[in-house]
Amino acid sequence: MAYSEKVMEHFTNPRNMGEIENPSGVGTVGNAQCGDIMRVYFDIDDEGIIRDVKFKTFGCAAAVATSSMATELVKGKTVQEALAVTNAAVCEALDGLPPIKVHCSLLAEEAIHAALWDYAEKNGIVIEGLEQPKSDIHEDEEDEEEY
Amino acid sequence: MTPQIYLDNAATTRVHPKVVEAMLPFFTEGYGNPSSLYELGQQAKAAVTDARERIAAHINAKAQDIYFTSGGTESDNWALKSTADAYSDKGRHIITSAIEHHAISHSAEWLKRHGYEITYLGVDEKGLIDPAELEAAIRPDTTLVSIIFANNEIGTIEPIKELAAITHRHGAVFHTDAVQALTNIPIDVVDLDVDMLSASGHKFSGPKGIGFLYIRKGIKTKSFLDGGAQERKRRASTENVPGIIGMARALDIAIENYAERTKHECDLRDHLIRRVLAEVEHSRLNGDAVKRLPGNANFSFEFVEGESLLLSLEQKGILGSSGSACASGSLDPSHVLLAIGLPHEIAHGSLRLTLSEDTTLDEIDYTVEAIKEVVAHLRNMSPLFEDFVAGKKKISAVK
Repeated sequence: MAYSEKVMEHFTNPRNMGEIENPSGVGTVGNAQCGDIMRVYFDIDDEGIIRDVKFKTFGCAAAVATSSMATELVKGKTVQEALAVTNAAVCEALDGLPPIKVHCSLLAEEAIHAALWDYAEKNGIVIEGLEQPKSDIHEDEEDEEEY
Repeated sequence: MTPQIYLDNAATTRVHPKVVEAMLPFFTEGYGNPSSLYELGQQAKAAVTDARERIAAHINAKAQDIYFTSGGTESDNWALKSTADAYSDKGRHIITSAIEHHAISHSAEWLKRHGYEITYLGVDEKGLIDPAELEAAIRPDTTLVSIIFANNEIGTIEPIKELAAITHRHGAVFHTDAVQALTNIPIDVVDLDVDMLSASGHKFSGPKGIGFLYIRKGIKTKSFLDGGAQERKRRASTENVPGIIGMARALDIAIENYAERTKHECDLRDHLIRRVLAEVEHSRLNGDAVKRLPGNANFSFEFVEGESLLLSLEQKGILGSSGSACASGSLDPSHVLLAIGLPHEIAHGSLRLTLSEDTTLDEIDYTVEAIKEVVAHLRNMSPLFEDFVAGKKKISAVK
């Protein structure tokens, strides 16, 4: 397993790791295959700009590094810009991932979408182009989730 | 400078300098082919014969019952496939366990694809096989039972003598994969009454690419490699002379220092286990505390994923291994950890540390401190731990 230097750097010194109290939106997604769980918190202001973002991840180095990079890519962006951040963009920003690890980057994209979905629901708004991620784990019904 | 602390001796070992010394002349001076009739060849043949006799003596076998192979994997493939084939007129039922090395379990799957029926014995939460289960599973058409002597991941030592006795009462052949066991547990093939036994040189400070299969006289098995008349016509291919010499030398050394080496490893292992379980919350020892390989410690740390754990420890100079899916390059966590009943998310957070005679107390204490730091860091990052601390039930999505 050869990770790029950038992956190892983000794994060793993850950016935006932590929690946000009373977040504007929070999303948790899980991937049963690899045993990764990723949670993203947003603080979004009235203009719809992501003022702060934090993550927590249970998973391999690729999962941690993609979480770190994905949060960097959406910080300070508008909701629409954040929605446009793809797993391919996250991968590319990390100078690539080993083929068996590419699915980890999908999780980062989904975690962002899940947190945006939560933000939209809380505020009764519709974000154009946003669908609820399949692996979304709803906070209040997580015990019923079956994968 | 970051130290290098090698705690992955179940993966492979450092070749003993005396082993290298014994091997070297057979590359450049005594390089003859043992099948050649001239003196250079006959000298090599004599060296191989001597090595075979010494290896046989160490396990109380007859020299002609030791067959050199390319390693544990080949020995296991041979024992399963060719023996099943040789007895296929009598029956096509094979019994093995749920915690075998892939060299056995994948060979069993190969047999299944070729018309054999396989029964996998389960294990208890310590990884132990219940002899009563073998008694219940064995049938008139069972020809072969293959059980791992000591498990490579969790270190559990199986009741081989008892399992062999049950197998023989029912007229079947008993094979054991002793790749991890040889040099770590006393092995006497007569006392244990096993018919076949696999071993690998690089697990006990010998070179890679050499192993052997013990086949008791009278056991039917077909030749595994067709070709020349080497190994009593049962395994063709020019002998790996330096490898054979090196393996024999490594076994001499390991048997000679058995008592002090295994005591040293057991003492350090128990110190490591005691400290980790006492000082790292939500940790558990996998495998049996007593019926355990001397150098093996296998832990699970809840809320932590194994590959992240391994890479973080590597950054502190500690080399170990994990049963996590990500660490193994596959998508499922270790079949051994699942077989002892660990849920997926806990199996993902496993760490195997395997010691050697060179491991020191300072290295173990350094390792414990490193584990404490790394586990705390990864838990701080883990949403599973966050939920646990918040008093929520654990996310049950990782199935």
